[in-house]
Amino acid sequence: MSNIPSDLRYTKSHEWVRSLPGETPAGAVEVGISEHAQSALGDLVFVEVPDVGRALKAGDACAVVESVKAASDVYSPVGGKVIASNAALATQPELLNQDPYGAGWLFRVQTAAPIDDGALLSAAEYAKFLADEAH
Amino acid sequence: MAFIPHTPDDIASMLEVIGVQSIDDLFDEIPRELRAGTLGVPPAMGEMEVGRLLTERAASDGRPLNFIGAGAYEHHIPAPVWAIATRGEFYSAYTPYQAEASQGTLQLIYEYQSMVCALTGMEVSNASLYDGASALAEACLMAVRANRAANSRRILLPRAVNPTYGQVAHSIAGNQDIVFETVDFDRSTGRTLLESLRPYGGQDVTALVIQQPNFFGCLEEVDQLTDWAHQNKILVVAVVNPISLALLKPPGQWGTPIEGHQGADIVCGEGQPLGVPLSAGGPYFGFMATRMQYVRQMPGRIVGRTVDMEGRPGFSLTLQAREQHIRRSKATSNICTNQGLMVTAATIYMSLLGAAGLERVAAASLQRTADLVAALSEVAGIKAAFTAPRFHEAVLLLDRPVAPVLAALARRGIFGGLDLIDRYPELGYALLVCATETKLTADIDSYVGALADIMQSSRAAA
Repeated sequence: MSNIPSDLRYTKSHEWVRSLPGETPAGAVEVGISEHAQSALGDLVFVEVPDVGRALKAGDACAVVESVKAASDVYSPVGGKVIASNAALATQPELLNQDPYGAGWLFRVQTAAPIDDGALLSAAEYAKFLADEAH
Repeated sequence: MAFIPHTPDDIASMLEVIGVQSIDDLFDEIPRELRAGTLGVPPAMGEMEVGRLLTERAASDGRPLNFIGAGAYEHHIPAPVWAIATRGEFYSAYTPYQAEASQGTLQLIYEYQSMVCALTGMEVSNASLYDGASALAEACLMAVRANRAANSRRILLPRAVNPTYGQVAHSIAGNQDIVFETVDFDRSTGRTLLESLRPYGGQDVTALVIQQPNFFGCLEEVDQLTDWAHQNKILVVAVVNPISLALLKPPGQWGTPIEGHQGADIVCGEGQPLGVPLSAGGPYFGFMATRMQYVRQMPGRIVGRTVDMEGRPGFSLTLQAREQHIRRSKATSNICTNQGLMVTAATIYMSLLGAAGLERVAAASLQRTADLVAALSEVAGIKAAFTAPRFHEAVLLLDRPVAPVLAALARRGIFGGLDLIDRYPELGYALLVCATETKLTADIDSYVGALADIMQSSRAAA
C-alpha cells in the first residue's frame, strides 16, 4: 500500500495539494504528485515545472514528468498564480522519486479563490480510489 | 489474393452509416479540377516495353539548361553518392521497429546530425523532416512551445521568405491559432529592414523568421535582425541554404551574445542541395537544429550516442518522450519518421566533399551567379532589381512581361528562371535566376546570347 499522508488532499489524476497557511499568505498551496504516481512512472529523468508568475486555471496542464518509459502532464488542482517552482528538479529529477511529498514538490500556487474542497479527495478517499482503480 | 479485406457488403454498410452513396462521394471536398481523372496508364506491359515507353517519355523532357532555383538547386552530385546510398544495406525497407537493431543506420543518422550541427553552429539536430517548407512550419510550432515569454502565438514572417514556405506554414500552423504577421522588404536593397520590424518592438511576439539568403538571393543583415529580436524576447527561426553555410556565418553565431546565448534559436531549411537530385520536386528532406535548451520542444527523431551495459559505444533513439508513440496527443509533433534515404545521400555527399569541397561548391555558385547577373545586366531592357550582396540567386527586372520571354527561351532548350509576377506583382516584370557550379562559362554565354536575341527580336517585332 502506498504512502498517502492524511494531511494532504488529492486528485484523481494523482496530484497532491498541501495548504501553506503558515509560510505564505492564506490560500497558497503546494502541489506535487503522489507516491503512487511516481512509482507507476518509474525512474524520472526530466521534470518541467511552470514559470513563476504563470496564471493557472484548475485543470490546466502545467508541468511535465518524464520517466524512462513515459511522459505525463501534471494538472494544477487549483486556479491561481504560480509563486514558486522547484528548481532543484531540473538537475535532480530523482528527488521526486525519493521524496514525492517533500523535496519532490513541484510548484506553489497563490489561489485566486477559496479552494473547491468538493473537487479534491481526502487521503481516505484517494486510498479508496486507488484500490478501486486497481480492480 | 486481394489485399483489400472489405467485401462489397462491408463497404455498402459502412457507406450507409456515413450517409453517402459511394466511395467517390467521400472525395467531394477536393475540387473537380484538382483531380487527376484517368491517368492513361496502359494495361500490363512487359519489362522491355515499359523500359522503352519510359525512355521515350524521359527523352521528351529534353535536356534543358536550367537557371531556375527558387528553393531547389541543381548541384553536381558525385557518382559515389547514389552508388553508396543505393547499396542494399542503406536502400532497404522501412525503419525497423526495433531501431537499435540497426546500429549502422543509427550511426549514419548520428553522423548526419553532427554535420548539420557543424554547418549551422547549433548544439543539436534531429534526424530530418519532410522538406524545407514543412520544417519551417514545424519550427514555428516549436517556437510557440519554446518561447515562454510570449503568449501571443504571433510570428513575424518577412515577405522575402520563400512564399511557398509561407503557404505551407499557414496550412500547417495556421489552424493552431498561430498568426503570421507579414513584414515587407526594402524595394531598393531586397532586404528585410530593421525599420519594418520596429513597430513590433515591445509587443508580445513569439518568433521572427529570417531567411538567409532570402528568396531573392539577397543577404539579410542577420546580426542586427537577430539582436533586435532577442532584445524583444522574440525567438529567431533561421531558414538557411546548407550550401551557403560553407561561406556564410552559421546561424548559431548570428548577432551578439545575450545572457550567454548567441545566434538563432531554431535553424531549419531544405536539405536537397546536399546530394539530392531535383526530381521534379521531391522527395527532398528538411533539416532542423536548435540549442540544447529547447531540445525537448524539437519535433522528430533524435539519435544519440551512448554505451551499452558492458561499456561498448553504441547508438540509440533518444528523448523519445517528445514523440507521438509515448506522449500521444501531447507530442511535440505528429512527425514520427525522417527522410532516411535522402539523409543517407546527404551524409555521403558531405563526407565526400568535406568542408573544403562544400566551400568550393558555394564559392563557384556565387561566382557563376555574379557572372550571369553581370552579363545579363549588359542586355538592353534588363537590370538587377536589388543592391544587397547576394549568394547564388538574383532578381532581374525586364522591360516587358516575363512569361513570353521564358517561353521563347524554353523553345531554345533553356529554363531561364522563375517569373515572379504572381508572387510579387509589385516588382513589375521580375525574373528570379540562379546559376550554380553546374553552369559553365559557355552555358552562361548561351543563356545571355539567347536572351539578348529574344529581347532584340521581340523589340524589332514590336
